[in-house]
Amino acid sequence: MSSSGGGGPRAGRATASLRHRLAERGVDPILLLLVPGLVVAVALFVYPFSYGIGLTVQPTAAMQEQWGGGIFANYVAFFRDPFVFDSVGITMRLALPAALFNVLASVPVAMVLRHRFRGKRLLTSLLVLPITLGTVLTAQGLLIFAGRQGWINRTLLEIGLIDEPLKLVNNYLGVMFSLVITGFPFAFLLISSYLSGIDPSLERAAKTLGAGWWQRFRRIILPLLAPGLATTFVLTFVLAFSVFPSARLVGDAMGETRVMSLMAFRAFGEQNDYAMASTIALMMGAVELIVVVAVLGLRSLLYRGTTGGKG
Amino acid sequence: MAASTLERPIAARPSTWFVWAGMTAFGVFLLGILVAVVVDSFGRQWFDTWLPDGLTTERYTEAWDRFALGEVVGVTVGVAALVVVISVAVGVPAAYVLARRDFPGKRAIMLLFLLPVLMPPITYGIPLATVMYSFGLGRTLTAVVLVNLVPSVPFVILTMTPFIEQINPAIESAARMCGARTRQVFTRVLAPLLVPGILAAAILVLVRTVGLFELTFLVSGPGSDTLVVAIYRGMTSAGGGEARQLISAMSVIYTATMLVMLVAALRFVNPTQLVAQVKETRDD
Repeated sequence: MSSSGGGGPRAGRATASLRHRLAERGVDPILLLLVPGLVVAVALFVYPFSYGIGLTVQPTAAMQEQWGGGIFANYVAFFRDPFVFDSVGITMRLALPAALFNVLASVPVAMVLRHRFRGKRLLTSLLVLPITLGTVLTAQGLLIFAGRQGWINRTLLEIGLIDEPLKLVNNYLGVMFSLVITGFPFAFLLISSYLSGIDPSLERAAKTLGAGWWQRFRRIILPLLAPGLATTFVLTFVLAFSVFPSARLVGDAMGETRVMSLMAFRAFGEQNDYAMASTIALMMGAVELIVVVAVLGLRSLLYRGTTGGKG
Repeated sequence: MAASTLERPIAARPSTWFVWAGMTAFGVFLLGILVAVVVDSFGRQWFDTWLPDGLTTERYTEAWDRFALGEVVGVTVGVAALVVVISVAVGVPAAYVLARRDFPGKRAIMLLFLLPVLMPPITYGIPLATVMYSFGLGRTLTAVVLVNLVPSVPFVILTMTPFIEQINPAIESAARMCGARTRQVFTRVLAPLLVPGILAAAILVLVRTVGLFELTFLVSGPGSDTLVVAIYRGMTSAGGGEARQLISAMSVIYTATMLVMLVAALRFVNPTQLVAQVKETRDD
């Protein structure tokens, strides 16, 4: 089969029937519309990415001396240097629970908000609001609102629930809050749209046959929703995994929330070791890929047919 | 009474209340964060009290001058507009091809467009920034726009492909039968049908670009910082960061910019009307 560029112009000059035959195989001048997109993807993604992979095997002399391993010194450093390697675990401890919580909490909320009721629009817009706030404002707000002298601690002290102000920011908890606030609306929107794609008459039929709400959820909704849940989990995990500003601003950047992206940026911006920075960045991609592939692998075991709805 | 019992069974009630409690907590947190920042930005001084003592708008003028916010907001809006226009211009034709045609190598191309969306931005951002610096583009506006295109173009393609798929191809065939040329099919038939999808994708790209921190941060510098990056730099600058109220004022300006852009965008798109239009056309 000829390529898009070759097939196009020739088809134009040829007789109508030849053009028709080529078009039937899907090769015609229309394919040229793909070119700008491919140029952007190759020039700004493929090329820099392969350049980065090349960089990782050109470690600085200092790295080679300290860690050995010849051209793989950066990788040796990544796995041997506990300061760097521990960030993998730290990132996972933040991203996995955050993504899991966001997905699991979205399901009941989306289920309840599926029905019509007064104030639904207001509630939905309230849930979507954090998307306009952005991570940086969320961080600033958390520092003020949940800080030592913030309104949360003040209220709890006033009621007498606690004697000491709780430490809610500048630690693991602060980053977790920030991940939930930015990730939950996203998960909610996705799950709502998956849920609206399930034909309501399926549930009604189950109800007619005498199924209780738990049975309907367990036997009808959940199996149909499961692939969507897996996709949502992957997307929220990707968001949470690359957490960077909030880990620095509301976290403990050198301790509990020393995530991989912070380490990569430290090598890039502070140490100007582009090779090591690329190595950490690449390993970040690899770790994320492992999780994503695992989840999508599980997803492929689930039901994949039509959900019968409008979606 | 009987009707409402049928609609929503009593058994679901406890779980419903549980959900509402969680939602309330989330709402309180969210509003608390938002209100705290706004109050802080107008506060004169705010340490150990419920509310700041005295209100002022000085923080805004101070922050505006100190961080050259006029320029920063201009950069933010300009970069976002450019990224939206370029990514729609590049992404929509590609999405059309991917939605309508089956050709050798299609899966590989799909994967290529999927990768930047699934990968953490830092993973490709750091090699990309290194390339930008080695081409002497570091800290320039060009670099900021280019870097932002990497997730935006695939995003437009991925959102537009299913949108185009659901437009009945028979409409195009009918136009061709009536003698329309390729260009006419695109301008007269497809473009009006695609408008809602394009606008929705454009708004999402706009919001993402204004809010995108990681990639912009890696290549921007003085004169090419967007608002988010400027706030981050203010919060982390040497010596414990700038005064908290200045940062709050900047954050409020950021949210206001975001809201204004969203409202402006939603003015152009009247979602209900556009949906109705699509439906009417599809009924034909």
